[in-house]
Amino acid sequence: MSLVNVRGVSKVFHRDAMEISVLDGLNLTIDKGEFVALMGPSGSGKSTLLNLLAGLDRPTSGGIDIEGNDITKLKPTALASWRARHVGFIFQLYNLIPVLTALQNVELPLLLTPLKKKERREHAETALRLVGLSERMHHFPRQLSGGQEQRVGIARAIVTDPTLILADEPTGDLDARSAEEILQLLSRLNTEFHKTIIMVTHDPHAAERAGRTVHLEKGTLLNTEEMNAVNAGAGR
Amino acid sequence: MTRGTLIRANLKRRLRRTVLTVLGLGVALFLFVTLKTFLHTLTTLGDVGSETRLIISNKLGIVFDLPLAYRARLSTMQGVDKVSYATWFGATYQEPGSGFFANFAIDPDTYFALYPEIVLTPEEKQAFMADRTGAIVGVRLMERFGWKLGQTVPLRGTIYPGEHRFTIRGVYHAGKKGFDQTSMMFHHRYVEELVRASGGGSTAGWYILNLTDPQTAPGIASAIDGLYENSSSPTRSQTEKAFNLNFVGLYGNIGFFLNAIGMAVVFAILLVAANTMAMSARERFGEIAILKTLGFTDAAVLRLVVAEAVVICGLGLVVGLGGALIAFNVVQFDMGGFIPGLSVTPGIALVAIAIALVIATISSLVPAWQSARLQVVEALRFVA
Repeated sequence: MSLVNVRGVSKVFHRDAMEISVLDGLNLTIDKGEFVALMGPSGSGKSTLLNLLAGLDRPTSGGIDIEGNDITKLKPTALASWRARHVGFIFQLYNLIPVLTALQNVELPLLLTPLKKKERREHAETALRLVGLSERMHHFPRQLSGGQEQRVGIARAIVTDPTLILADEPTGDLDARSAEEILQLLSRLNTEFHKTIIMVTHDPHAAERAGRTVHLEKGTLLNTEEMNAVNAGAGR
Repeated sequence: MTRGTLIRANLKRRLRRTVLTVLGLGVALFLFVTLKTFLHTLTTLGDVGSETRLIISNKLGIVFDLPLAYRARLSTMQGVDKVSYATWFGATYQEPGSGFFANFAIDPDTYFALYPEIVLTPEEKQAFMADRTGAIVGVRLMERFGWKLGQTVPLRGTIYPGEHRFTIRGVYHAGKKGFDQTSMMFHHRYVEELVRASGGGSTAGWYILNLTDPQTAPGIASAIDGLYENSSSPTRSQTEKAFNLNFVGLYGNIGFFLNAIGMAVVFAILLVAANTMAMSARERFGEIAILKTLGFTDAAVLRLVVAEAVVICGLGLVVGLGGALIAFNVVQFDMGGFIPGLSVTPGIALVAIAIALVIATISSLVPAWQSARLQVVEALRFVA
């Protein structure tokens, strides 16, 4: 069953008098429960696509249906509310609020839900237990390692039980061991909890965790033959 | 975790800056409230004065005396019911300056009949009348120096040199709201004896006349002034209300400048608060972008920034207005007796609250708007 349907999406940025085309008539379908890795060289449009899927930016043309709703048609306030309910975003640099504890950071998205204070706390504690940080709930981000910070970031992304988890190079700033832990956690979210995950990565090893890898180059998706050529090139 | 937790955490992020801003606002609002209270008290001084009492003083100024012989002539004037007199003594308690308060000599046989506002028990009044060096003291002055009834108080003379010892025989209360309760009064005979001992004649600092009809005040005043126009001590007659307003008039122009200074201080602190809010928001554009990524709407972000400014200004208000209320309404600080009866009125408190709200709104307007309009993708790139 198709969860995400990207239809002919183009994105053009304007820098002074220059027009920079980042995505060019891109089409992509992602099924519910899929774990998709989005790969490609710098400037290929991976992060731009992720931002569009999160409703953080709007395409120049084309549409994006998520669960059958075209999010490009939503007004800003409706789009923010949609994002609060349907998207969990994991950043490369964790982006936790430094003045809040791990528990408070995870509770933050729940402020936008009708949950009561006690329920919010319970949900946040559950999410932190799931990522193995129940012992560090009251620590501030500066008191955590990079891997632990990213796990708090993941707990924050899943605490609202979103439709879609979007991860922008979640292991990009971590050492190999911490990166492995994060990838295991994402795999577990996909296999055990059937979460749909779209992950931008430069790392082929990280992409191997995904069920499907999509390659972007110069704003378009590579077809199977082109991908084989890329893979063969990587293998040499 | 609530939105309040987030606001508190943000305010504690740069605690020193928050505290300094709150203190700056507090001091500015304290100054403003103090200036307004000072001016309000001055302007209401005139209201305490009576329309039926005429004050006759020397035309050259209150520091010049009038012959005591005027008393008999003034008593016979048509429309004059009672006559009394008093003389400014100007002594200080302990050190000059810090021990300043109003002290003057009165003729007790006639003065109390003209001033029913001075409330004494019959026993205290009798004790005062019987003691040549006795004094009556306002209840607020008693509290100020911690004096006790029956205590002998040494005063250091300024106009009349030497040490003068008076025994407190009565503590008076005000029988009318706003009437002064910070003065010391004693027998006029005491001053007369001092003047006579130094070879001077009998004089009075000013006369107080009670009129049967306040409508006749202008006519009687000009008649008295005409009577003594060519004498060695010409007079200036005016109602007590006008007499009190003369003092206010002395402050008239100062009032304008004090008001202007007060508003300038408030405006300066508005700029400081606006700069603090702008810096605080600018530093956190990345975090605001994160909040938006989590689903916070533009309006929710705007409310958060405005709420922070409201909390800062609210705390400044607590410091400024609270400090003024404690100083004037609780401790009853009267600027060393310079201006007795200073009290922050509800009207002044409301103006201070309104100013704090205006500062909160204006100072947060631009950063709140910028935060609300922030483009998430651009701001996140800045964070990275």
